[in-house]
Amino acid sequence: MKPSRKTPFVRIAKRDSIAMWHGWLIRLAGLVLALIVSAVVIYAIVHLNPLKVYEAMFEGNFGTKRRTWVSLRDIAMLLCIGIGLAPAFKMRFWNIGAEGQILIGGIATAAVMIYWGRALPTWALLSVSFVVSLMAGAIWGAVPAIFKARYGTNETLFTLMMNYVAIQLTSYFVAKWENPFGSNTVGIINQMTQAGWFPAVLGQKYMLNILLVAALTIIMYIYLRYSKQGYEIAVVGESDKTARYIGINVKRVVIRTMMISGAICGLAGYIAVAGASHTISTSTAGGSGFTAIIVAWLAKFNTFVMVLVAALLVFLEKGAIQIASQYNLNDYASQMITGIILFFILGSEFFTRYRLIFRRGKDVD
Amino acid sequence: MRSDTAAVSLRNITKTFGPVVANDKVSLEIYRGEILALLGENGSGKTTLMNILSGIYYPDAGHVLVDGREVTIRSPKDVYDLGIGMVHQHFKLVDVLTAAENIILGMEGSGKLDLKAVGDKIRGICELYGFDVNPGQKIYDMSVSQKQTVEIVKVLYRGANILILDEPTAVLTPQETQKLFQVLRNLRSDGKAIVIITHKLYEVEEISDRVSVLRRGKNAGELVTKDTSAAEMTNMMVGHAVTLNIARPEPKNPQPRLIVKDLTVKDEDGVTRLNNVSFTVNSGEVLGIAGISGCGQKELLEAIAGLQPMESGSIVYIDPATDKETELAGKDPRAIFSLGVMLSFVPEDRLGMGLVGNMDLTNNMMLRSFRNGSSVFTDRKAPRKLAHRVVKELDVNTPGLSIPVRRLSGGNVQKVLVGREISSSPTVLMTAYAVRGLDINSSYTIYNLINEQKEKGVAVIFVGEDLDVLLELCDRILVLCSGEVSGIVPGRGADKNKVGMMMTKLGGDVRHETIS
Repeated sequence: MKPSRKTPFVRIAKRDSIAMWHGWLIRLAGLVLALIVSAVVIYAIVHLNPLKVYEAMFEGNFGTKRRTWVSLRDIAMLLCIGIGLAPAFKMRFWNIGAEGQILIGGIATAAVMIYWGRALPTWALLSVSFVVSLMAGAIWGAVPAIFKARYGTNETLFTLMMNYVAIQLTSYFVAKWENPFGSNTVGIINQMTQAGWFPAVLGQKYMLNILLVAALTIIMYIYLRYSKQGYEIAVVGESDKTARYIGINVKRVVIRTMMISGAICGLAGYIAVAGASHTISTSTAGGSGFTAIIVAWLAKFNTFVMVLVAALLVFLEKGAIQIASQYNLNDYASQMITGIILFFILGSEFFTRYRLIFRRGKDVD
Repeated sequence: MRSDTAAVSLRNITKTFGPVVANDKVSLEIYRGEILALLGENGSGKTTLMNILSGIYYPDAGHVLVDGREVTIRSPKDVYDLGIGMVHQHFKLVDVLTAAENIILGMEGSGKLDLKAVGDKIRGICELYGFDVNPGQKIYDMSVSQKQTVEIVKVLYRGANILILDEPTAVLTPQETQKLFQVLRNLRSDGKAIVIITHKLYEVEEISDRVSVLRRGKNAGELVTKDTSAAEMTNMMVGHAVTLNIARPEPKNPQPRLIVKDLTVKDEDGVTRLNNVSFTVNSGEVLGIAGISGCGQKELLEAIAGLQPMESGSIVYIDPATDKETELAGKDPRAIFSLGVMLSFVPEDRLGMGLVGNMDLTNNMMLRSFRNGSSVFTDRKAPRKLAHRVVKELDVNTPGLSIPVRRLSGGNVQKVLVGREISSSPTVLMTAYAVRGLDINSSYTIYNLINEQKEKGVAVIFVGEDLDVLLELCDRILVLCSGEVSGIVPGRGADKNKVGMMMTKLGGDVRHETIS
């Protein structure tokens, strides 16, 4: 084959840096393009007015006051898990075990509510279950970290398998705490007394969830960016060799960071049980431990950017559910729309880092 | 002997990387039957230019002509089709495959793989040019020089008649270099066009017919080797005269600072890397360590720095202020630091160990000092100041302090690393290949810094690969050979060939003449 004489039609080159406004312009263009393309798809496949569909998605999230608060609650939940995963992933420790860590935190909270519901006042119950869920998550996170540090086990598989252990444990406790008998669920815990439930703050049921996660967002941002431990995490994540060279105890940092990561995921379980569902089941985590990985990575571990990513993912999910029920579509149609939107938004990240150079006419110097 | 039309002609090649112009309208002619040396400081655009020619980069502008015909090179495959072969500095070989398998890797052929025919063809090439390759030998069994030979045979096997070699002698001993040069001469007489990229002027003088010099991404000029001198080439390369002599002040009041005794180190596979190594490093002197690559230099420095577990032996540090002796064996870097031992270490792997490539200058300055103070938060003011100072004093070429260090050129990366390491006022300074890949100007900056430290009474350990530098810079030279001390010779008046022999142990009785 003879080499062709033509310049390639399009070449990809890495951008050196990009102005902030330019980056956001690209992302905005991605969003607009996503809406246009999915509009075409909606019209072509299900013959609906795309604007009506988008309106329905918005309705699904913010249609009523209650829906708005539920959306905010779910964003807070997803964000909380993302915050928990951030330090682990920044250290390049593949914590796929958030699901399990959430469940363990949830079990701990449920146990406190069930066993001490009558003995302690709510503020004490909340404090105790806060601490207990934190510790339970930390232990669940520490186990794979210790094995990794000691024996070099693969953390991806290990954390993943810990999820199944946590699910089995949850099944066990669901059976143990079954209420009413024969229902195969725990039911709403302390439904009469509401003992151990998050109280309403400023008249809003989910305000405490949001405040807690907002505090975590700020604390984790400062921790990763300005603390010595955060700096150690960054160095270990970038290069094990450099970390050893400057005398960082890599094993200790790995274990400590995974305990923090697990603890915050455990806390997410606490918020889910005490602050939202008031029950525990194997679906308490509901896959958000995996979704949150996207949140953490897409935001490059910047917790404030994570707020936006979490909001987008929750918006899409709730919107999809709404259009599926409102227009009697099957799940696939609505999932296609969210898929298209996600594709374009992730795609626009590519264009913030690379640019295309097109061939102009014939050979141009 | 040289052909009349250029085998390759590069015309007005321009290539930019973001704000950096790596090649600015560079032109170059390569002729058959000639060895062309491409000379230039670090970051002068030599490698970029050759990467364009070998299909790794695509130029922003300019023309490439092969045998007078304009071509477009889009991929390494196109390059092979044009008969151009590049031997990279870092070998691109698959360790677990044999030489023959590596040589044919990626080539299209008929469905049946006839390794015997391949082997015969390889032996034919070897015989023709004087190579020494066993087609059936696995790469992991080979020495660096053998691997390089496989790389050269690989491009010849694929029909290359234009060869580009990127710093081929960087990893070779003087004897191996001579062997390589002989092969290159054979290739030249066979009518091949050869380009050799190198920093070593004496090699340019020895092997090349013509020299093309690049400076700051532009053509600086072209010289006929036999009509020029090292001084002229250097002038053209750096733009202003630099003295080729490396300063070597007399050690002032040398006192033992570090006593290494019977140090034995085994690697993860249980292979002995260092065997009963003993020596003393004095304050105010530069102890050079010579040896072919992989003879234990890395393990030696890492053992002293507390990064390499030891089998046996002791490393005693003598505090200059109190004369107190401290045993360093078995301690990690942090423990050594907390004992008050000011040990600085410039490792071979600059971006992978000494620095964090993705972090900016300020964050890299913090690596050593971030624990200072009792606050849970890091202090970025002092490191930023230090980064400013290093950039200013060592003349680091960088657009700013917030750029990831991996974006800097090799010499600037090294300045940042050395600058940080000496900023902590060390009492022992260890450097591994401190000037590898650096241009002359940056190299001298580093030599001056080392001499400055020496005059301050620091004990300096300088692991080097360029014997000329070792002989000019060091007060004493410890020669390692396969993990053992082959001898320690005084730097002043040492004989280069003798040191080279000691490195390969060909000296035989050299050990008995050891002067320490």
